Amino acid sequence: MSEYILELKDVNFKYENAPTVEEPALKNINLKVKKGEFIGVIGSNNSGKSTLCALCNGLIPKALDGEFSGQVLVDGQDIKDVSTAKMSQKVGLVLPDPEAQLSQLTVYDELTFGPSNLELPREKIFEEADRVMKLIRLENFKERSPFSLSGGEQQRVAIASVLAMNPEILVLDEPTSNLDPLSTQEIFEIICKLNREMNMTVILVEHEVELMAQYVDRFVVMDNGRIVLDGSPKEVFSHREVFEQIKMFIPTVTSLAGEIDEEYRKWGNYEYPITLEEMIKIIDSRKE
Amino acid sequence: MNKEVVAHIENLEHTYSSGHKALIDINLDIYKQEITAIIGQNGSGKTTLSKHFNGLLRPTAGKIFVNGKDVASRRVSEMAREVGYVFQNPNYQLFCPTVLEEIRFGLKNLKLSDEEIKARSREVIEEFDLRGMVKKQPVTLSSGSKKIVALASVYAMDPEILFLDEPTTGQDQYGKTKLGLLSRKMKQLGKTIIIISHDMDFVAEYADRVIVMNESRVILDGTPADVFSNEEVMKTAHIMPPQIYAIGNHIHAVSSETRLSVMELAKVLAEGDYCL
Repeated sequence: MSEYILELKDVNFKYENAPTVEEPALKNINLKVKKGEFIGVIGSNNSGKSTLCALCNGLIPKALDGEFSGQVLVDGQDIKDVSTAKMSQKVGLVLPDPEAQLSQLTVYDELTFGPSNLELPREKIFEEADRVMKLIRLENFKERSPFSLSGGEQQRVAIASVLAMNPEILVLDEPTSNLDPLSTQEIFEIICKLNREMNMTVILVEHEVELMAQYVDRFVVMDNGRIVLDGSPKEVFSHREVFEQIKMFIPTVTSLAGEIDEEYRKWGNYEYPITLEEMIKIIDSRKE
Repeated sequence: MNKEVVAHIENLEHTYSSGHKALIDINLDIYKQEITAIIGQNGSGKTTLSKHFNGLLRPTAGKIFVNGKDVASRRVSEMAREVGYVFQNPNYQLFCPTVLEEIRFGLKNLKLSDEEIKARSREVIEEFDLRGMVKKQPVTLSSGSKKIVALASVYAMDPEILFLDEPTTGQDQYGKTKLGLLSRKMKQLGKTIIIISHDMDFVAEYADRVIVMNESRVILDGTPADVFSNEEVMKTAHIMPPQIYAIGNHIHAVSSETRLSVMELAKVLAEGDYCL
């Protein structure tokens, strides 16, 4: 057993069918992920986030053509040596648009679809489907068509169908980009529950930094195909100058503390806040 | 200054054939050259309301007037010249082989002369800074550029009112800022902008006025400061105010007239000039 569940070593990738893009999509990527970590990947559009997702489950280099160099290890095994069927049980990928992911007539069929393809015995297929149906609370939708559901409900079905494969790592590429705030919150809570209660390793690509700051253990910040920052939310957001340079938002409360830096330091030995609750607490304690 | 009304809504109701009352007792005036944001949870009535402006949906009670004329007496095709829609997903809107043709498509449908079409598309390409991409295929563009091309192609038809449905979904900071600044520019060029959005930071920064919908009704209508400092309404409508207003509210530093900025709030905090 390797110390890391996922390891990317000196990975470079350039898409073959991207005539308008001269540069590689990923440059010299090194990333080590421990079992049970909750990692948030952020970066501007076209910074390489989705390419990184495709790399984690072997879509790159297996299905997407391009120039690939470096090594990707899942559970210590080089993904080149692992079959696509095996990879689908190690790494589950959830896409931004659930309609692109769902294909079956009913929600329940959607949940049995993956395990059926693994040629599991019949009882085992239903067992897996029932397990994730309960876990993601889809009982009420069991016989519904996935296409009659709201965007948030569809995304829950997509997550459940991926979980039915029992992956060790869950990779989500902007799962809430088409959802309203309430559904977004719901998806975040599901992901968080999987991580905290089941020790699922999660790699979440999103734009919502303020919301992510409340949940993730670690941020990976990408710009122009490279990882420019990698660390705890506090560490990462303390590099305000980097975010300014790559034109990315940081939580408003962090900008606020940065703006009054000199005064803020006089308030006491506080780290920069990254969530609203922290900032409110600091403001309150100062007035007491 | 007297504000010019471009749309007037009176006791508007809409009941779907299913019996669901999607709009109840809506009374609103929309003012020229303002950016108005409509916010609220999914299912609160935002989209149903927006479809009444061009007659795609007809009121089951009450009236809506655009430019002084009752929409009920007018055809959807007529209304399309006065009210333009920019969809959430630009892929549903863009289909021409080049960006230039995309801009010209709507103009051709308006039956303008070739000269007029050329002049107008040149103008729009200039205003939206699209020179570098006129020959490109819209499908090959980044999601941010697609949004801007979709916006430009609707703007080209010179509607009085532009509806922007979730303009910032999937956009990064650069894309959001660009869309915000373009909205302001269109407003300065005489347009009335209505934004339907869940992006409260965007609304707080760019809207002049915010209308909050909840369960088929308008429950609040005011400046961003009025709306985001009303904690009770935010709670009812399940809306999280932007962090800046959450802190502003906490230290009682929000006033109706001013748009709160990080700089301004920082000043209040640094000077200790606040109470809890």
